[in-house]
Amino acid sequence: MKHTITVLVENKFGAFDRVATMFSGKGFNIHSISIGETEISEISRMTIVTEGDDKIMDQVVKQLNRLIDTLKVVDLTGINHIKRELALITVNYQKGSMEEIKNISDIFRGKIVDINNKTMMLEITGPPEKIDAAVNVLAPFGIKEMARSGSVALRRGEQIKALKKEYITN
Amino acid sequence: MKETKLILSGADIFFECLKREGVEVIFGYPGGAVLKIYEKLYDIDWLNHVLVRHEQGAAHMAEGYAKATGKVGVVLVTSGPGATNTVTGIADAYMDSVPIVVFTGQVPSHLIGNDAFQEADIVGITRPITKHNFLVRDVKELASTIKKAFFIASTGRPGPVVVDIPKDVVLAECEFEYPEEVFIRGYKPTFKGHHNQIKKAAELIQDAKKPLLYVGGGVIMSGGSKELELLAKENNLPVAMTLQGLGAFPGTDTLSLGMLGMHGTYWANQAINNCDLLVSLGARFDDRVTGKTDTFATKAYKIHVDIDPTCIDKNVVVDLPIVGDVKHVIAELVTEITKKPQIDKWWEQINQWRAECPLSYEKDDGKLRTEYIIEKLSEKTNGNAIIVSDVGQHQMWIAQYYKYNHPRSNLTSGGLGTMGFSVPASIGAAFGMKDRPVISISGDGGFQMNIQELITAKAYNVPVKFIIINNSFLGMVRQWQELFHKEKYSFTDLSKGNPDFVKVGEAFGIESYSAESPAEVDDLLNKILIVNDRPVLAEFRVEKEDLVFPMVPSGKSISEMLIKRLNPNRMV
Ligand SMILES: Cc1ncc(C[n+]2csc(CCOP(=O)(O)OP(=O)(O)O)c2C)c(N)n1
Repeated sequence: MKHTITVLVENKFGAFDRVATMFSGKGFNIHSISIGETEISEISRMTIVTEGDDKIMDQVVKQLNRLIDTLKVVDLTGINHIKRELALITVNYQKGSMEEIKNISDIFRGKIVDINNKTMMLEITGPPEKIDAAVNVLAPFGIKEMARSGSVALRRGEQIKALKKEYITN
Repeated sequence: MKETKLILSGADIFFECLKREGVEVIFGYPGGAVLKIYEKLYDIDWLNHVLVRHEQGAAHMAEGYAKATGKVGVVLVTSGPGATNTVTGIADAYMDSVPIVVFTGQVPSHLIGNDAFQEADIVGITRPITKHNFLVRDVKELASTIKKAFFIASTGRPGPVVVDIPKDVVLAECEFEYPEEVFIRGYKPTFKGHHNQIKKAAELIQDAKKPLLYVGGGVIMSGGSKELELLAKENNLPVAMTLQGLGAFPGTDTLSLGMLGMHGTYWANQAINNCDLLVSLGARFDDRVTGKTDTFATKAYKIHVDIDPTCIDKNVVVDLPIVGDVKHVIAELVTEITKKPQIDKWWEQINQWRAECPLSYEKDDGKLRTEYIIEKLSEKTNGNAIIVSDVGQHQMWIAQYYKYNHPRSNLTSGGLGTMGFSVPASIGAAFGMKDRPVISISGDGGFQMNIQELITAKAYNVPVKFIIINNSFLGMVRQWQELFHKEKYSFTDLSKGNPDFVKVGEAFGIESYSAESPAEVDDLLNKILIVNDRPVLAEFRVEKEDLVFPMVPSGKSISEMLIKRLNPNRMV
């Protein structure tokens, strides 16, 4: 089963590598991993989509916690959360298919962000399953290139506990 | 009281920090990136720098020092090859949770990433084998980084920390201030176990019919041996120890079942198979102990006490986890247990196993066997020596036959199984422990893996007794070849290549002896045991094709233990 894990790490040299090294060293799967700033400049948030049975997930969370630069690890499975991914998809088009692709883009609430006389680039955001669906319907037109950001996720508002003060002072 | 602030160079700061950490000895080897540090060292008299002959030796010496004393072992080496040479020692310390701090020089910051002369990304290389590592990017961070390094190495589950210091950081200057406290917001080692869990464990122990303590190195590291003795003796509990746990509880006590696992005693392993309550204290359910995990202690309710949460449920799923410092947890258990468990029947059963299948070896054929040497050594030293074994058959015989009386006496590479550990680690131990004899015991294979450190021993007249168990084979590999690889003794026969070890020792300036019959053992051991102001060496030429028994074949259930040679052609 897939799990989405969010990890707060020190925004420091090597912190990301440590997480990646741990995953490869322990033989854990990574489906996607994304990292970016949080509301606190010295702390980054990683969102890791990984897979394994309960025993493996237990180890993933513990091993992440064990790293010195990780501040907080939450497995979002079973927790009400919002998950989003961004995809940029460049598809081939012909005169006849242009409208159709535009329609598909609209259905997925996408945007056409670039176009030339052979290809157009769509920007789609949403839960990863929605991106999968868009990719499926676009595939017959010929996807030339695609970039997916990997998931980012946050718990819904009412469950948020503010970061402990100790995380903020330095 | 605030000190007046000083402007110091990185090199000066380095030594000021070591002083404040109470470091008395460092193991090192100079080179370009650390020249400035060595320049300062020249005029420092409060610190003992031990010049090794290979940086791997430095890392193992630091380990030996740390394991014997409980203090942090410190290494100082140069960049590139100096740093990479320490990698095996660092990995070894990681696997066996040994607190060492390794300072590596690095090329100047502006050259990092340029493939500069003697550049190696040691922080990258050691990331998976350190508890944590640092690249110091600014001299202003040097003092706080060193403070953190010692703190991380020595607290929680101990482990190695690498601090990589670029040359320009060593030269740069800044105001020196040593932080009094460490604050690492992502690192809060858990110290105390959960009270209710401990209470529950105490009740389970009281009511158990067939309890067993399964004791690992964590008890020794946490300094919990006295507490363990109380727990076991007050409640009459059997104690089985892992390789790293040996010494946590006196081996001569009747409550001790000796070592468990692959080469453990028959009765300890039977006790594992049949106990109804398994209390694991600072052990990690390593595969050399459990064998096939789904057949391990299946009848037992399992309690697991460990300071490292990742150890819990990793290899074997347990019923009652207690995360905390083992010493504290055991102490609390002792006070919580109010009623002695009624386990006379269980003891009868255990003693029956003990009688059924004792540790034994052939004594009447006149051949010299390692078991005999170790047994003698154990008697002569009353189990009070610090024994630093290498890796192989002799290591297992030591574990079986040496009856350790004290914690921090059994120094061995258990997790990584690093041949070449013993010679340097024993030297490191001897720098830390002066009141007990330090005895290094290696096979003829492993002895040659860090043989260069004999000169370090000689140069400082370190009173280590180097024993070589020479069976002219890579014995443990040969054993597996005999038992599991169709007797194809592929590249394990050392007889043609082995040097004359007495001459080798003498060439290093160490008085050296050799013996090859049981009759000579007594004398030779006496001869080396009385020497206490310099190293000595004794080679024992032992039976070449001996096997270590009992043995649980790798991956098998521990009930499938081999007791003696099965091959009729080679029956002992
Ligand atoms: C550095 C290293 N290389 C290889 C091995 C694999 N190995 C394990 S035991 C052993 C044989 C050791 O032979 P020896 O040192 O003569 O000791 P003995 O088993 O004969 O007591 C070998 C090669 C190892 N543990 N470490």
